[in-house]
Amino acid sequence: MEQVLANGIYLGAQYAMIALGLTLIFALMNVLNFAHGQMYVIGGFVTYTIYGQLGLPYIVALLASCVTLAVLGALIERFLFAPVIKGSAREESTMLLAAGIAFLLDALILLIFGEKQRGVPKIVNGVLNWDFRIIMPYDRILICGLAIFSIVAFIAFMQFSRTGRALRALAQDRTAAQLMGVNVDRYSTIGFALGAMLAGLVGGLLVTITGINLGMGGPTSIKAFMMVMIGGAGVISGAIAGGFILGFMEAIGLAVLSQYGDITYLVIFISLMIFLAIRPQGLMGKPWG
Amino acid sequence: MKRRTLVKSALAATALVALQSTAVFAGNPVLKIGFVGVTSGPAAAWGISNQRSMETRAAWINETGGYKIGNTTYDIKIVSFDDQKDPKRSIAGMDKMAQEGIHYVVGPNTDDGAEAVRPVAEANGIMYFPYAFSKSLYTPPASNAVLAMVANYQSGPAIYKYLKEKKGVKTVAFVAANESDPLSQRTSGVAAAKALGLKVVSDNVTYQPDTTDFTPVLTPVIRQRPDLLVLSGVSPAHAPQLIRSARELGYQGLISTETAQDAQVLREGAGDLANGFISVGGASTPELASDAMKEFVKRYTKMFGEYNDESNTKVYALEYILATLAANPKAINDVKEFQKTMDTFEAPNPFMKGNAKLTYVGTTSFTQKRQIAVPLVVNTFENGAFKTLFVATVD
Repeated sequence: MEQVLANGIYLGAQYAMIALGLTLIFALMNVLNFAHGQMYVIGGFVTYTIYGQLGLPYIVALLASCVTLAVLGALIERFLFAPVIKGSAREESTMLLAAGIAFLLDALILLIFGEKQRGVPKIVNGVLNWDFRIIMPYDRILICGLAIFSIVAFIAFMQFSRTGRALRALAQDRTAAQLMGVNVDRYSTIGFALGAMLAGLVGGLLVTITGINLGMGGPTSIKAFMMVMIGGAGVISGAIAGGFILGFMEAIGLAVLSQYGDITYLVIFISLMIFLAIRPQGLMGKPWG
Repeated sequence: MKRRTLVKSALAATALVALQSTAVFAGNPVLKIGFVGVTSGPAAAWGISNQRSMETRAAWINETGGYKIGNTTYDIKIVSFDDQKDPKRSIAGMDKMAQEGIHYVVGPNTDDGAEAVRPVAEANGIMYFPYAFSKSLYTPPASNAVLAMVANYQSGPAIYKYLKEKKGVKTVAFVAANESDPLSQRTSGVAAAKALGLKVVSDNVTYQPDTTDFTPVLTPVIRQRPDLLVLSGVSPAHAPQLIRSARELGYQGLISTETAQDAQVLREGAGDLANGFISVGGASTPELASDAMKEFVKRYTKMFGEYNDESNTKVYALEYILATLAANPKAINDVKEFQKTMDTFEAPNPFMKGNAKLTYVGTTSFTQKRQIAVPLVVNTFENGAFKTLFVATVD
């Protein structure tokens, strides 16, 4: 049982990190960013190149992942999403654009980083073994701690900084925020960059545990959407809750249901369908959007 | 006026490019060989190593004057189609090959893709060389598919027998991705282990193909403390993570798979934790590689920047197609002639040291010769590189 709880916390922390960036972008711009998983993959590959290939310190690689994705996110918002949002009132326009960007990034990742699975040296060696009740490598504990710290830092940033307040105002009511003097274009770019940066950060963190390959983008986006739907689209606390709920469901399912075959995700998807039928707005979302 | 000049310039440039293109192939007629397989998405590594092996070998052949079949010397052109691991797209790919008049195709990479293209291939006179293990593809009445590697139901028993006799393995556990190929490989692996008298302590744990953390998956398996953990049909992307998770959970036993792996991927993803990992490979270990194999690796690395050890087995399909056509030039447009030649075909294996031969096998498994004789090289990973554990043959 202790192992299941430990696995749940670990999976939940990484899932919550992945969902945060996606829900932030959705909240600010009403854009379902299908390329979020690919951004996560690029973050992993940047860390792989700088830490694994060039041998620079891990923290430098992690910062490089964040900066690269923030810049990439800002460019994508400024030159792709912003013109489309201004030119088309139809939501499917941005959805198609996001899907196109996902395909483009997949192709670029293949060209630049190749098709192979990549991994980096462990950042901490050793395994915590508490009387065989909890077995957890130290690097996972560290990454879990860093993920939780990042989530707390992000919440604090959104709560107490001037930029964070502007972003929240934008998410609540774009027109009202504009009337109050918030530079909507500028903060949309900052918000998208921040969401992409979170994807890069989690990619850089998890490459030390799971490695990275070009095929991880699509499935990561799907999981992130699930978490966002569980918690409520566009709600930061909802994404965190969704991440931990999915993490615990997966950990418990794998421990309890493994003897019946791979039915964990079947059970999760059925539960999600029933849940959404009862509460389509998710745990913390508002029925009116 | 300006517009007319622009049009003239464009026409002149187009004509020049066309002339140059013709000049490239002016020396030899072109023989097109197809590839239909997965070169994008999570399983891209499987198909890309196929495609790049073919392109490397074709470029090598063309650079050295072409390939002589009968009285004609051909330049080889590889026509590729990404089926995205989707059987519907595999069919579209095989249709494309038929439209281009191609009679010899390498791929698809999966059981369902290979099954799906069978009617198209048989209707259009195409011989295809899948990397799929389903026996129905190669057993009569099926006629046009040729297994391009060693199947797990051939390598598995050999590996388990070796480990039982040499390493004292008594208990075994199986883990597989929840996909058709790994699951079918697990089923035949379990049967082979039981036939050898091994005790199967776990055979129902599976994982989603998009799993990134295997600790929760492996926890119940490791609790059974098997002597041997078999990663059925494991992809190169998952192998290092599974190994790493198993070792970090304290597992001390042996780990093996019947699929080909890449040394660099294991080195980066699992490091020393992968030491002792047993997998199936081709003939690139120093003990076995011929000068031609070393040259192939060198050229592949030069063309694509990095070699993929999966190509040790994937270099063979194109070689078999060309060598068989050379043995019977009438087969170039007639697969019935190709099939006739397969029964008696034999040629030196250029990629292995010694007297190894290229020949078609499979009579034992499929009641007809519908498999290329790739050497069954079982490797063990030690300190960043593969070492040959033992070599066996298949029929």
